[in-house]
Amino acid sequence: MIGWATRHVQSALFAAGRLARTPLATAFTVLVIAIALTLPTALGLAIISVRQATGDFASAVDVSVYFKQDVSLDKARQLASSLRQRSGVASVKLVSADEALQAFRDRSGFGAALDELGENPLPHALDVRPAPDATDPDRMESLRRYIAAWPEVELVQLDNDWVRRLNAILDLLRGVVTGAAVLLGAGVLAIIGNTVRLEIFNRRAEIEVAKLVGGSNAFVRRPFLYTGLFYGLVGGVLATLLVLLGLALLNGPVTRLAGSYGSSFRLLTPGWREAAGLVAAGALLGLLGAGLAAARHLARIEPRT
Amino acid sequence: MIRFDRASKRYPNGREALSAASFEIGAGEMVFLTGRSGAGKSTILKLISLLERPSRGLVMVNGHNTAALAARRIPAFRRELGVVFQDHRLLPDHSIFDNVALPLHAAETGLTLKEIDKRVRAALDQVGLLDRARSLPLELSVGEQQRVGIARAVVVKPKLIIADEPTGNLDPALSLEVMSVFRRFNEVGVTVVIATHDLDIVHTWKLREIQVTDGKVSESGAAALELPAIEAQR
Repeated sequence: MIGWATRHVQSALFAAGRLARTPLATAFTVLVIAIALTLPTALGLAIISVRQATGDFASAVDVSVYFKQDVSLDKARQLASSLRQRSGVASVKLVSADEALQAFRDRSGFGAALDELGENPLPHALDVRPAPDATDPDRMESLRRYIAAWPEVELVQLDNDWVRRLNAILDLLRGVVTGAAVLLGAGVLAIIGNTVRLEIFNRRAEIEVAKLVGGSNAFVRRPFLYTGLFYGLVGGVLATLLVLLGLALLNGPVTRLAGSYGSSFRLLTPGWREAAGLVAAGALLGLLGAGLAAARHLARIEPRT
Repeated sequence: MIRFDRASKRYPNGREALSAASFEIGAGEMVFLTGRSGAGKSTILKLISLLERPSRGLVMVNGHNTAALAARRIPAFRRELGVVFQDHRLLPDHSIFDNVALPLHAAETGLTLKEIDKRVRAALDQVGLLDRARSLPLELSVGEQQRVGIARAVVVKPKLIIADEPTGNLDPALSLEVMSVFRRFNEVGVTVVIATHDLDIVHTWKLREIQVTDGKVSESGAAALELPAIEAQR
């Protein structure tokens, strides 16, 4: 056990020493790996941020019911209470024409223009919120048709169209990011594999001598595996730092922009778990890339005299 | 220690480098392989160190049938013998100490760094280069580099040392120096097989000589007279 640990520590130190001997080349390789890991991570975080920010809306698929102009407030109240009895309806809120006008006046700033109109152009309306388990398209549609059949009703509007579109766009983007992550991951694999391959060729004499004096394949391979592991590990750490740096730079402007639209949207910051996942992904890709390169090229180097 | 029984080696290009060679080298012997370049000396050494396997016949080394040894057992097999190369094969960007320590690291026997340090210093001391441990190979003379190669071969305390033209690049004085190092190891019981065309030393020391000519081995008159010759020397 101690011998095993000693072997690995020695191989690791040996590999780290080699990398440290060519700091510039090592730094560039690590940077490329870090960038390749940063891009999908940053895009993925952005999508999760948007999804989480819109999550509240997505479940709030309200149905707006507008009565005809000549429907009285009493009639509207009566219809509202009958609608409350229907299954799949969580709540019904009556918005009288006066309330609607007052709200519009407060919010729009067109108060003076409205005064010119003399009479209230707005109808009474209902905000119908379906029960959380009744928001699927079929039940929503049947609810819409049920209400639309009332003679007093002018218009029934489902407010979930934009939510569905946004979700579809986010799904699409997530697919794109997943694809990009797979491609960039393959890129990292190729970068590390190629770097280790060059390293193997540069160390050819050393490998031959090591095999000549009785070094096993495992002994010869181990430092190269550590080389790949270190590339991936350091690349993953650097990628995490780049993501955090990018968030620190962008979060101010993004929050200000969202604030100007009255939204409290902000980008999510990766926690310890996400950071550890990113570093682990880098390490795994590094180990795998080095392993593939070593399997392919080390066996071909056999000592000759 | 070594037994060749009608061992032949034919390379893929069809050239037969060794034909039906039979000889035996006992434990504790010191034997020279002589013959012209390309006669088959190197092939014999490659068959002993399992860089090649025989095409036909039997090669037994240290109790192993080299034709039947599994590939994964080859590293352990090689660690039982010390090999010295004509071009010494030192790693130029590693210190003398690290070069000599390489077989101990490669052996993965779980030696501590302190034990490795002790063994390497002992090996360097045996070839008289203890004070050059921190130098790089190119800072040493050719003769010293060859002695480092010997130190690297003996650091694992092998029972068998094989050397391929260890004095090929050396002047007579240095040759004698290097050969004397081998002789000292032989005197403490290590079997030594040296391929050489340095006939002066072979004839001066009157040790057993296996001649290789066009892939065929023969023991010269000197070998036949081996015992009397050693008697006479005493």
